[in-house]
Amino acid sequence: MISFKGFLRRFLSDPVAIGAGLVLLVLVLMAVLAPFLAPQDPYDLMQLDIMDSELPPSWKPGGDERFWLGTDAQGRGVFSTIMYGTGISLLIGIGAVIVQAVLGVTLGLIAGYKGGWIDSFLMRLADIQLSLSTLMMAIIALALFQAAFDANIYADYAIVMLIMVIGIAEWPKFARTVRSSVLGERKKEYVDAARVIGLPPRKIMWGHILPNTLTPVLVISTIQVAEAIMIEASLSFLGLGMPVDRPSLGSLIRSGFEFIFSGSWWITLYPAIVLVALILALNLLGDWLRDVLNPKLRRGED
Amino acid sequence: MPMLEVQDLHVAFPQGRKSEVEALRGVDLTLEKGERLGVVGESGAGKSMLAFAILNLIAEPGRVSKGRIMFHGQNLLDLPERDIRALRGNRISMIFQDPMVTLNPVLSIGTQMMETLRAHRRISGAEARALCIAKLREVAIPSPESRLDAYPHELSGGLRQRVVIAIALLTDPELIIADEPTTALDVTIQAEIMALILKLCRENDVALILITHDLGVVAEVTERLMIMYAGKCVETGATDAIIKAPHHPYSAGLLRALPQNAARGTRLYQIPGSMPPITALPTGCAYHPRCARATALCKAEIPPLENGAACFHPLTAPEEVP
Repeated sequence: MISFKGFLRRFLSDPVAIGAGLVLLVLVLMAVLAPFLAPQDPYDLMQLDIMDSELPPSWKPGGDERFWLGTDAQGRGVFSTIMYGTGISLLIGIGAVIVQAVLGVTLGLIAGYKGGWIDSFLMRLADIQLSLSTLMMAIIALALFQAAFDANIYADYAIVMLIMVIGIAEWPKFARTVRSSVLGERKKEYVDAARVIGLPPRKIMWGHILPNTLTPVLVISTIQVAEAIMIEASLSFLGLGMPVDRPSLGSLIRSGFEFIFSGSWWITLYPAIVLVALILALNLLGDWLRDVLNPKLRRGED
Repeated sequence: MPMLEVQDLHVAFPQGRKSEVEALRGVDLTLEKGERLGVVGESGAGKSMLAFAILNLIAEPGRVSKGRIMFHGQNLLDLPERDIRALRGNRISMIFQDPMVTLNPVLSIGTQMMETLRAHRRISGAEARALCIAKLREVAIPSPESRLDAYPHELSGGLRQRVVIAIALLTDPELIIADEPTTALDVTIQAEIMALILKLCRENDVALILITHDLGVVAEVTERLMIMYAGKCVETGATDAIIKAPHHPYSAGLLRALPQNAARGTRLYQIPGSMPPITALPTGCAYHPRCARATALCKAEIPPLENGAACFHPLTAPEEVP
């Protein structure tokens, strides 16, 4: 186990980690504080003026002082929309990972601890899930959902649907990771000792084995947030994600993509840069975390 | 009625699809309240298996295939899982070999102690804490209040084993099974821990099954002794009597193999050969291939346990040691 102090010291001595952490911090703050900081509320139709549409960034000829990064086809400021959109992307990413983790950790823990046919059954289920591409599953589920309900209901529940679809499609990654650590842990003597003091299997699983398997869970959680944001962006780009009036980064890129050949490149470019920065920062942090928490790679400090 | 009575205990593991191999091949054992029994044998003789069988904790796919384990007249093998769980860690506790691995590395000492207590007693957090501190003091851990919040890696091996002993004593059990409790410790600490276990057992009138391969420890701590070989008890009786005059050639060999019994400057004695794996036991007496006294009879038949030794040709005088 690594102490919090040692953890902090490792973080502060690694420029990549600091850089990624800072980028992530800025993006998260931007998203959380969007309602207070954004120059414009892109959800409020009263504030939008169609006359402002497709304005270039403010430093370009024809740019408007009010819109730093220009406006999109509806006259929304790209900067404000990115701030709100980052929030939606993060919300979906984190929400989906929570669903994945709850499902995956529970099933992985049960599979690894119980073994036998329960293990075989759950792991074949995971194999089936993994053999179906997440994107394909999500496209089918969301297309059905869009066809079954009208646009207003879809708009209201799009976030929940995206979280559930991405969450359910990606549980095997958590389940497999947890299962494999449980297989290693359950042979250890502290598990025998826990059985000898008369604890029921439920308490041994959740109270003793789970805390010993959380390190890899933490690492994949970080990487899976990036993955989920990317899946959501792909889906939105295909028109199956967040609706135009509550855009995520993905739907912003998509809505701008239609105008890219008419010269309005800023509508796509800026959200795309933010998306790439966000995913890169998450992945770098995930990698760093894996190195720090891996005892085999630890140098003789802490 | 004895407190614990194990009768003809067999433990079997499946081998292949149809056949089974036996890790324990009919073990009998009785233990009175407060009595201390030593179980001695080489690695793989089935000593630990016996301990786990008593708690009905044989790891899958092994199983108790025959026999009874009577605890206060009740067969533990018939009890539903819930009821036997209420016994484990409560009326029967166990101390393991290596305190480095028997404490959960990510839970504090206090958490692990209170968990044991609260699995068996309905008491408040404050009471549990007070009791844990009292037990830690009883096993002579300095400043027990601060140790409760410590994690296992912050304690030394000796202290950890003291914590393990405190956990075993927490619920005032009637029986403690100690599976090589000092093997993993520094030699300087071994005697201390053993003395502590002995003192606590005496003071609280707790019965002890001490599993070890250290005959010296057994001689100091236990009243009765059981020597196991290849899943069977080969000799049993009063500890002092066996150590003074063993009847079974294997017991005699073990005693002679003790370094302190060798004359200075001579080669240390060792029993020739090694214990057969349970998958390839010889016919008849399992010890006959290594035994100097073996005859055709030993090859053909399994000797019954009579007069304390399972041998057709028991030693009658101590100087007969081969």
